[in-house]
Amino acid sequence: MDTFAALANGMAVALQPMNLLFALIGVFLGTAVGVLPGIGPALTVALLLPVTYKLDPGGSLIMFAGIYYGGMYGGSTTAILINAPGESASMATALEGNKMAKAGRGGPALATAAIGSFVAGTLATIGLAFVAPWLVDLAVMFGPEDYFALMCVAFVTVSATFGNSPVRGLTSLFIGLTLGLVGIDKLTGQPRLAFGVPELLDGVEVTTLAVGLFAIGEALYVASRRHQVEEKIEAVRGSLWMTKEDWKRSWKAWLRGFGFGFPIGALPAGGAEIPTFLSYSTEKRLTKHPEDFGKGAIEGVAGPEAANNASAAGTLVPLLTLGLPTSATAAMMLAGFQQYGLNPGPLLFAEKPDLVWGLIASLFIANLMLLVLNLPLVGLWVRLLTIPQAWLYAGILVFATMGTIAVKPSVVELTMLACFGVLGFLMRRYDFPIAPVVVGLILGPMAESQLRRALSISLGDPMILLQSPISATLLAIALIALVAPFILKNMSRFGAKED
Amino acid sequence: MTATDRSGEGKRGIDRAGVVIALALAAVAAVLVVDALRIQANVVYGLGPEAMPIVVAIGLGLLAVGNFVNALRGGDAVPEAMDFRPVMLILAGLAMMIAIIGLGGGFIPAMTVLFAATATAFGRRSVITDLVIGFVIGTVIYLAFSKLLTLSLPAGPLEQLF
Repeated sequence: MDTFAALANGMAVALQPMNLLFALIGVFLGTAVGVLPGIGPALTVALLLPVTYKLDPGGSLIMFAGIYYGGMYGGSTTAILINAPGESASMATALEGNKMAKAGRGGPALATAAIGSFVAGTLATIGLAFVAPWLVDLAVMFGPEDYFALMCVAFVTVSATFGNSPVRGLTSLFIGLTLGLVGIDKLTGQPRLAFGVPELLDGVEVTTLAVGLFAIGEALYVASRRHQVEEKIEAVRGSLWMTKEDWKRSWKAWLRGFGFGFPIGALPAGGAEIPTFLSYSTEKRLTKHPEDFGKGAIEGVAGPEAANNASAAGTLVPLLTLGLPTSATAAMMLAGFQQYGLNPGPLLFAEKPDLVWGLIASLFIANLMLLVLNLPLVGLWVRLLTIPQAWLYAGILVFATMGTIAVKPSVVELTMLACFGVLGFLMRRYDFPIAPVVVGLILGPMAESQLRRALSISLGDPMILLQSPISATLLAIALIALVAPFILKNMSRFGAKED
Repeated sequence: MTATDRSGEGKRGIDRAGVVIALALAAVAAVLVVDALRIQANVVYGLGPEAMPIVVAIGLGLLAVGNFVNALRGGDAVPEAMDFRPVMLILAGLAMMIAIIGLGGGFIPAMTVLFAATATAFGRRSVITDLVIGFVIGTVIYLAFSKLLTLSLPAGPLEQLF
């Protein structure tokens, strides 16, 4: 289908008043929650999934997309004003952004972050609109063995990019895969890991897991080290507007940030951490004002923020075209699709073009809304940061419980929520990444069913995985990505010994 | 700070938490294998339902070894000292919340207790105020869910009044 026609169609869907309202609610909630330290877009979507259960799928998905984009904007505000980024994607922004705020240039820092996010987000959404149909054509040729191989790549890259060491990332992933096994096997009806508990036969709810790990785990972790963190909110002093000089120093950084963010986000590599830091180091190298770095250089805010938003849009490419989530937020979005019985992928583009293209078109609108809303409302966002921590986390726990009870009102489910909270706390404390658990839970059963489908087509011959060129290539990539970090680590150790 | 003392001390020795993590992973792997061996399914072609748990169990077993080796090398990142009291308080709040809902006490009282317990864990000292806030939030959520979204939350004696 012609991309322009499809996009125009989508625009007509997105501009319907109800969908505009959903997008507005989405960006507003997303920003508000993104501003709160410790809560990211993944948790916001997880908490809202049960609430939107009875709403229209198109509108809800548009709202989730708004939350996704809004969460990115909100995270940058927190990073700039209190140097306590809510998610790892905003860490690079905090480096220079907080210095600028301390130097009384918080206004221009917020402005370049917002405008840069808008520019890069819009470009990346255009990229999404043009890459998606092309990838859909490619994905139609994928057999089950190719999907399985693709998921193997995602498993490896997701666990290798999050966290400090591949062993820790893989441990997290396998915890997720284990949880994904719980429940009735869809092909044979056999219960697995249910231990005779009827509530476990349906499997582990992805919302319960995400809310437990992110909300309760975070609350327990922050409570356990409450006395060691000091947060200071920088007031936004002076003008919000950027000077001519600021514009001149920002625009190239925005474009380069997009250049890093979109492709890396679109690859099944997960996370906005890598492109944001790549952008930061590039800006530091290319700047004409090296003396400003470390004291609040505007390029150091503009680039990473643009990269952050571009990678958020990039992550939607594999999610929409292949049904492949590569970050915790994307996994929650996938759970959102599944809640309505929709499976993202080539079929969805063919069967529900209005829904998919309406969603893509609404991303443009969400981006514009964020630009218009964000700067004037910055005072409101700052006020959110002054909510006492005690009430903030108490409220988060109440909402977390509410989300879980709304899905399944049972004591077993609530007990699981509390257990996942303890798990999340321990994982934070001992430095295991959280996102691979969520991705493993949602992707594990999908990978299993693709593998079993492939093997039943081949009458049980495992060579099918290597006979398909796509699958063989992808499996080779997965293997290299899995083994490379270990070999590199050993090589560097030998190198150290020789010295 | 105590945190720095501890990290200096723990640099060399065995990372005890790492050993526990490795043992826990091995135990989970064992549970997976036991559970998988119990399954009896006749699958003519391809993999049965017991195959995937075995694969995951092998992975967990390897990771247990990996974590164990890393732990023996000694943790270079010893976690900072933690405060157990607030953690226990939040867990107690969650336990009470689950008990209230399990015993039919209803959503609003459960949220009231959970909110107050968490706020206290984070250092607030005015329990009465926090109980009132928790009660108000619980009531607003309950009404919004049952009236606006027509989703049902657990109802106890208090919720019957609405």
